[in-house]
Amino acid sequence: MASVASAAPSRWRRGEGLRALVWLSPWLAGVSIFFVYPLLATVYFSFHHYDLFTLEWAGLDNYRYLLRDPRVVTSARNTLWLVAVMVPVQTLFSLGLAQLVVRLKAGVGLFRTIFYLPSLVPVAAGTITFVFLMNPSTGPWNQFLALFGVTGPDWFGDPAWSKPSLTLLSVWSCGQIAVIFMAALLDVPRHLYEAAAIDGAGPWRQFRSVTLPSIAPVLMFSAVTGVIYAVQYFAQAMIASRVASGATDSPGSSFTPGYPDESLLTLPQWLFQAGFRDYQMGYACVLALVLFAASMVFTLLLLWQFRRSEGAT
Amino acid sequence: MSARRRRVLVWIAQHALAIVLALMFLAPVVFLTLTALMTDEQALTSDLWPRSWNWDNFAVVFAKSQLLRWTANTLLYAGLGTLFTLVSSVPVAYALARFRFRGRRAAFLLVVAAMMLPPQVVAVPVYLVWARLGLTDTLWPLILPMLLGDAFSIFLLRQFLVTIPREYTDAARVDGCSDVRTLVSVILPMARPAVAAVALFQFFYCWNDYYGPLLYAGVQQEGWTLSLGLATFKAFHSVQWNLTMAATLLVTAPIIIVFFFAQRVFIEGVTLTGVKG
Repeated sequence: MASVASAAPSRWRRGEGLRALVWLSPWLAGVSIFFVYPLLATVYFSFHHYDLFTLEWAGLDNYRYLLRDPRVVTSARNTLWLVAVMVPVQTLFSLGLAQLVVRLKAGVGLFRTIFYLPSLVPVAAGTITFVFLMNPSTGPWNQFLALFGVTGPDWFGDPAWSKPSLTLLSVWSCGQIAVIFMAALLDVPRHLYEAAAIDGAGPWRQFRSVTLPSIAPVLMFSAVTGVIYAVQYFAQAMIASRVASGATDSPGSSFTPGYPDESLLTLPQWLFQAGFRDYQMGYACVLALVLFAASMVFTLLLLWQFRRSEGAT
Repeated sequence: MSARRRRVLVWIAQHALAIVLALMFLAPVVFLTLTALMTDEQALTSDLWPRSWNWDNFAVVFAKSQLLRWTANTLLYAGLGTLFTLVSSVPVAYALARFRFRGRRAAFLLVVAAMMLPPQVVAVPVYLVWARLGLTDTLWPLILPMLLGDAFSIFLLRQFLVTIPREYTDAARVDGCSDVRTLVSVILPMARPAVAAVALFQFFYCWNDYYGPLLYAGVQQEGWTLSLGLATFKAFHSVQWNLTMAATLLVTAPIIIVFFFAQRVFIEGVTLTGVKG
């Protein structure tokens, strides 16, 4: 390495900044057009009333409305539920599943395939399947529960059960995360376990003192991305509401997202409704800024972690 | 209890648990398929097993909905989207991984930030731009931006490219290779697994995307994608579950088939997303 570097004339080094700029320029253009400009424009529109035809100054009207909008509180609460329950449940289940699969002696490949496959099922297809499985009148899920004497609720039709139902869906499609955990678990050096076993550490102690520290970066990465996806949760909730309520969202129909009882309403859906169904673009931009702020908190957390690990290399 | 017997018991318990979980993971697909084959009348009952196997439900789905049209639109979106993403993202990832320049770390952090930005945050102004260009009610607002790089693909490729030892590129330079030559004939052959994984991820992302088409594809069903058509299928085309389940199966099947042909690429690619944290 050192000999090659000294043999290479230094003009290559010096030109590298310029060459990088050339190579990065299409992407930098993309960032400007689809990230920087729209962000500034969002701030601009947030001070206006805009319905696609007339643009008029609104001052702080949109912001004032934000504070009075009950749907903002509802969707914030729903998102908090997803962050506090759905993400941990999915992450822990994936970790448990990965722990199980890496210990198996027979059929590892087959099991890995079976657990991974549902995560590839298109979101629309998976969500519709779960609404069918868990519908109270003809679905098999409640019939299965009845075998154990349990009367299942109206899952996707009951505000108290709609989010747990989507959590079940998220567990079913956790394969991607589980495969990441499997790789991380297999990367833990075997001799650490052996050393711990010699020191008399039981399984739980081994998990805490060997496994957990080794996979901590992967766990952290997956938790933060999980939270960020929970903040932008859209498709599953929207499709579940739609299929369970039978609404079409064709022009003129009165579909409001979040069925049942706004229990599945999230900020991105409310933003979509306000901006692209009710054409209150200015207010939608205020909601966009709230969403931006919320996701920034978690993005910064992730960036901070990357900086640390990048600094190490 | 002897250590040997204990090991056997643990072995049995672990495999039994894995089998039970595997059955639960497979069950939704089984019931989906069974219901897809029922008659209209039976689909209204709580029966789980079809009395007769109605394979022509699939034909009815094609006849009732614009499934072929949606498939063509989805293929256009996913195919062009993947191609554009690769062409635009590989050079960016290469520059981020290989060139030494001031602001390199900042550029990488910008990629991560862009990757994490919820698409809804910038939706309104971006939509207005496409509306002014007269491209709303088409899929082009979703396809064309991919010509300017996709953050997640750049991130993934960059993570792989930094693991290729510098000696290779330095040696190529000494031999007088230009940057482009080095990328095409030295780096790309080594990065094939990562490129394949990114291509598959992007294809699947487009294939599954619901939010994008919902925003841009318009109200005319001819312009819809599979995800969009499927999400409204039950409301528009069938009161019973059987046809909806048949349509769901038809949308899912191609993905599963692709997976079985490219299983290794997937698993390696997924692993790649998690290793560098």
